[in-house]
Amino acid sequence: MYENPDGVKIGLEVHVQLNKLKTKVFCGCSTDYHNDLPNSHVCPVCLGLPGSMPVINRKAVEAAIKVGLALNCRVEEHTQFYRKNYYYPDLPKGFQITQYDFPISSQGYVMIEGEDGEHKIRITRAHMEEDPGRLVHEGTIDKSKYTLVDYNRSGMALLEIVSEPDLRSPKEARRYLDKLRNILEYLDVFDGDLEGALRVDANISIMGGQRAEVKNISSHKGAERALLYEIVRQKNVVRRGGVVVQETRHFDEAREITLSMRTKEEAHDYRYFPEPDLVPLKISGWAPAIKETLPELPDARRLRFVEQYGIIDEHAKALTSELKLAIFYEDIAKRTDPKTAAVWIADVLKGELNYRDLTIDAFRREDMLKILELLTSKKITEDGAVDIIRTILDKGGTPEEIVKEKGLVKVEGDIVETAALDAIKENPQAVADYKAGKEKALNSLVGAVMKKTKGRADARTVREVLLRKLG
Amino acid sequence: MITKKDLEHVAWLSRLELSEEDKEKYAPRLNSILDYFGELDKVDTEGVEPTYHVLALSNVFREDEVNSPTKSLTQEEALSNAPKKQDGFFKAPRMM
Amino acid sequence: MWQSINELKERIHADSSEEIVAEYLERIGSSKLNAFITVDRDGAISRAREIDSRGSDGALAGIPVAIKDNISTKGLLTTCASNILKGYVPPYDAHVIERLKEAGAVIIGKTNMDEFAMGTSTETSFYGPTKNPWGMDRVPGGSSGGSAAAVAGGEAPLSLGSDTGGSVRCPASFCGIVGLKPTYGVISRYGLIAYANSLEQIGPFATNVRDAAALFDVVAGHDARDSTSVDREVDYSSALQNDVRGLKIGVPQEYFGDGTDERVEKTVRDAIHTLEDLGASWTEVKMPHTKYALAAYYVIAMSEASSNLARFDGMRYGLRTEDSDWHTTFSQVRAAGFGEEVKRRILLGTFALSAGYHDKYYLKALRVRTLVKQDFDRAFRDVDVLIAPTMPYPAFRLGEKIGDPLSLYLADVDTVPINLAGVPSISVPCGFSDGLPIGMQIIGKHFDEASILRAAYTFEENTDFHTRRPEGM
Repeated sequence: MYENPDGVKIGLEVHVQLNKLKTKVFCGCSTDYHNDLPNSHVCPVCLGLPGSMPVINRKAVEAAIKVGLALNCRVEEHTQFYRKNYYYPDLPKGFQITQYDFPISSQGYVMIEGEDGEHKIRITRAHMEEDPGRLVHEGTIDKSKYTLVDYNRSGMALLEIVSEPDLRSPKEARRYLDKLRNILEYLDVFDGDLEGALRVDANISIMGGQRAEVKNISSHKGAERALLYEIVRQKNVVRRGGVVVQETRHFDEAREITLSMRTKEEAHDYRYFPEPDLVPLKISGWAPAIKETLPELPDARRLRFVEQYGIIDEHAKALTSELKLAIFYEDIAKRTDPKTAAVWIADVLKGELNYRDLTIDAFRREDMLKILELLTSKKITEDGAVDIIRTILDKGGTPEEIVKEKGLVKVEGDIVETAALDAIKENPQAVADYKAGKEKALNSLVGAVMKKTKGRADARTVREVLLRKLG
Repeated sequence: MITKKDLEHVAWLSRLELSEEDKEKYAPRLNSILDYFGELDKVDTEGVEPTYHVLALSNVFREDEVNSPTKSLTQEEALSNAPKKQDGFFKAPRMM
Repeated sequence: MWQSINELKERIHADSSEEIVAEYLERIGSSKLNAFITVDRDGAISRAREIDSRGSDGALAGIPVAIKDNISTKGLLTTCASNILKGYVPPYDAHVIERLKEAGAVIIGKTNMDEFAMGTSTETSFYGPTKNPWGMDRVPGGSSGGSAAAVAGGEAPLSLGSDTGGSVRCPASFCGIVGLKPTYGVISRYGLIAYANSLEQIGPFATNVRDAAALFDVVAGHDARDSTSVDREVDYSSALQNDVRGLKIGVPQEYFGDGTDERVEKTVRDAIHTLEDLGASWTEVKMPHTKYALAAYYVIAMSEASSNLARFDGMRYGLRTEDSDWHTTFSQVRAAGFGEEVKRRILLGTFALSAGYHDKYYLKALRVRTLVKQDFDRAFRDVDVLIAPTMPYPAFRLGEKIGDPLSLYLADVDTVPINLAGVPSISVPCGFSDGLPIGMQIIGKHFDEASILRAAYTFEENTDFHTRRPEGM
């Protein structure tokens, strides 16, 4: 049971852009505006021109239901859109069309790897709304002499997923976001790599105090950093005899701190009322049909990998943590030994990718297959395989080219015998130590042989040969 | 009834700058109208559902196809009425 | 200059559309009515020429139509009679405009109105009031006063207005012409600059019922861009039959209440008797929630309006004042751009939706709306149509009521219940009081425009009120 010494309570509001839809949520503008000129993917509706009217994208509703089901939510039979009235330059109508009463789905949960094992995070609701536009400032928001607005993003379909404050640490928050993103990618409703695809508002309190809301978080890492900072900040406030104030704070990504956003816009009275231009949706029949079409989700896939490929749960968990990685693995597991593949992809490759901040897209399937083939046919050593992986990631090339270039063909037989004899001759102290009972002295002998063979001998074989020769 | 403070709050919520003179001028008429709205209190609406939409329509959608049914504008058309613009953006005042 | 569509079609055939249009343009040019904000001389002439040379078998080919200035016209100034939309040229056409163009109509200009359709007299317009052709010191009614005056003054044979709480029917009544508010959802609101979305509809004006039905036929119908638009195939022109035998008329006593001018009451009752003589029958019906309809209407309309008008901040179109910080500039633009009545309604609407008052005002008004609608449902179980005065009195003088907003609101007492219920209603001239027109409204069930058109047409065929013209026009 996790003690949670600071009484940390974190709730996250995650805004997910349904950027795999072809069009925006209330109009026919296309969604592939990235890298295009500003204000070139707009129409009277998403520009909020006088006289324009919204019409609901059917696929967006289907996607929202898919997500709700994947999050174990209850899908509403009768749902309605509302107006949230407030003013900001990125909001062209002076209100956002969103949901208030009767959100499309609610009361679900997600399981994450918590501080003390599996931990359930309850989902309050997952509802639909529209994205505002994008602001550009000259420098920072507080110093800029003007504000530039691009409405290409205005009207993109968003899903707002709200969790209960069940997260107990920044690490759990990070894991929750990873899990969410993973599920969403499995559902194929969103491409997490595109800019603005996922945005997070975090609510955090400590020791039963007031909560601070932190906005402008756009990455999982950012969320963790922001929350770590907040815990320290809030603890300091209390330590100095103060009281944590309920307020909105802005996350400064560059400096990894949160700043108070105390502007006049504090008293938020959104004056919610149902959007008169959008009629209600009666969608009770939709959920069962959509449930049939749900793809295999991460948790289910993890179980299947264990059963079908006989790999350990640790590996299955790592391999299913990203959809692309799971697909990569499965493709390879079908063509070679799945257990070996699991070790080399989940442990080695993933480690090397993480270290370089790369995704699985940086590695070709054929290359992995080749490496595994070279290993199982004993043409290279394990160290050699690692070397190949690193070289591909850092410089490029194919396994065959690299083996040739670096001369990684496994060395064995006479060459090892000779090198072992030489090592024994050149390291009498180590030999003596070993014979005196110091098992560890063998390692330096192994090291010496590896050096002589430039790492191309198989370490286990070297050990065996040395042991034989030492008697 | 609307006090001066209420009026100031509502003016802020509506983003309508009111001078002191305006506040003096608007308040009495607003109050007489609100007074009239009090007529509604005389009706018993116990158990009566509110009418948000006068017709019983539901489930009206558009398909996920580009330009269906509203056609996109060109950047030029989008910016054609902008009082201030810069490099293809709408130019608004500074935030702070 | 009071030519019907059929007469105009003959003339176009004999001469040309360009000649007709030029005649109307000249009339507008020498007019003192101030019915138009924008006259599209060049556009109209070139369009007329195009129709003349290309030919068109559209229902309104070559016929000029005037458009209320809250309906978006691509490439043509659209101001809602407000300073805040100064210079706004929409990059798109409203659905009804597309339909008119398809039918070969010639859009001659944009007509004057109360600012953002908020008013009953066209006196809140930034461009000054429009005069009533029947009396230059009188209001033409509102908010579609310009559209009505243009038709009544012979400056356009047809026009479009919008009716949120009576804004087509009231000016039709004051100006002695025909004005129709259809069932909610029958004419697409795409492109109509919203005042109160759940209440309003675009409606046609004409000098006679046949023409009003013809214009209605062209612009009505489903539009995929308006989610509240209904998908029903109806041909309204076929409802034009001179026959009301067996028609059951309901007369709601509540519409002949205390504030109703005696002459208006008498005239409307006489009209009902006329129909009775032609074979209809009438009974009194009770609509007990009528007296609460006005308050409910204004709360709902102002609430929706306060939200609809939040987009006017000078960033993407319209008036822009000197820049300071964003929130301040926003407030200053709106203070400078909106007139007094608009500000008043925004303030009240915001108040009615605000925390602490939402249930007491907004939600309460919506419940009362249900009761008002139920009054109509109940009445229509026994009758086919309802007949009542459109307005409690004929056109009042310019300046007479504008100083007391509440007294102006009370003028809408007979028109707003119809918008709350979403039923159709047509106003037709049925008499005069000291030279000023009196209108009666014929109200129907949802989607039963056919019955009200038939009753109106029959009345018109058997009377001659619609043939009288203002003096000197």
